Amino acid sequence: MKINKMLGTAVALTALAITMPAFADENAELVINGEIPIVTKTAAPAHLEGALDEIMSGWVFRSDETQAMEMDDFDNPAMLFVEEAMVAFETPMGSEGKSCADCHDGPESLANVRPTYPKWNDAKEQVYNIQMQVNDCLTERMGAEKEKYDSQLMKNYLALLASVARGTPVNVAIDGPAQPMWEKGKEMYYTRYGQLELSCASCHEQNYGNWIRADHLSQGQVNGFPVYRLKDTKLTSAQGRFKGCVRDTRAETFKPGSEEFLALELYVASRGNGLSVEGPSVRN
Amino acid sequence: MASGVKPRVKVPKSASAGEVITIKTLISHPMESGQRKDSDGNIIPRSIINRFTCDFNGQNVIDVTLEPAISTNPYIEFDATVPEAGEFKFTWYDDDGSVYEDAKAIEIA
Repeated sequence: MKINKMLGTAVALTALAITMPAFADENAELVINGEIPIVTKTAAPAHLEGALDEIMSGWVFRSDETQAMEMDDFDNPAMLFVEEAMVAFETPMGSEGKSCADCHDGPESLANVRPTYPKWNDAKEQVYNIQMQVNDCLTERMGAEKEKYDSQLMKNYLALLASVARGTPVNVAIDGPAQPMWEKGKEMYYTRYGQLELSCASCHEQNYGNWIRADHLSQGQVNGFPVYRLKDTKLTSAQGRFKGCVRDTRAETFKPGSEEFLALELYVASRGNGLSVEGPSVRN
Repeated sequence: MASGVKPRVKVPKSASAGEVITIKTLISHPMESGQRKDSDGNIIPRSIINRFTCDFNGQNVIDVTLEPAISTNPYIEFDATVPEAGEFKFTWYDDDGSVYEDAKAIEIA
């Protein structure tokens, strides 16, 4: 029996829960620290009509133990990096002698960042993701060197910005000036890459819930990013994960920070419009 | 010398008398095993937390010897019976002689 069929309807799940308690956790609800309810399943945004009816966070597809690690900040290894970012947030960097805290009134004041990025930047006239915005702050306001795209500090910042936005619904704009980029991302999503000729949709739209080797395929949502992957014991950004996915199709991958991955990040983020920001999350 | 060492502890704020509670502890520490070599072939000296203890109102609850095979950021979780209100005191001993401490009070509800 295919698990994605079982994930399909709540009615089927309720019936199965009685006869097959092993799958009862498919209905599990995510509440972080006993106080932040997280939406892990909701109706798909309008632009996914005909593709998906319901969108689901990757958390739903993980084992009980992995799910539990994310329910308590003490058990979530990613929170160590959030703490490191908190220190960095208040540390002056660069020639201006400014820290992030000199302009921003605490990380909580940036709670609207993670749910809405990548988004159109009017001044720069291009789509910006959080890394690009952080680098602008570093170079233009603080007089510091820009950070590498996937540096530890950069990923720590991502984790911090995600942690203060937990529970807020992802709400990425796909119309207006960002639309051409979004269209490009959508085209990439459905383009088959590599020797294995797999598109993102081959796995994450047509086969989520099914086994891939010893694991369940998720819908490939990025609402939980950055993620702490237990097999890597470190944080991974959305574009870092894309790279891994494209590599697994046996293709030459794009680089994290490339325009291609930025377009894909925007499109994939928009597929999760409505799910809660959940990161930094724990995955296997 | 280990840098960025920070202990963390999670203890419930209150318990009923005689209740068994779960205590979670974690200390951020590189736990360098002393078995690895750097790019020049020199051994990286061992630097680990070698002992962890927890006391409740002066009475020992747990005393752990840690060995070099234990990973970065050692996480120790254990149960303790709370007979009365008081304070849990946690101590980590570093190879370099440093001692890191934390304490958590618990009430009887």
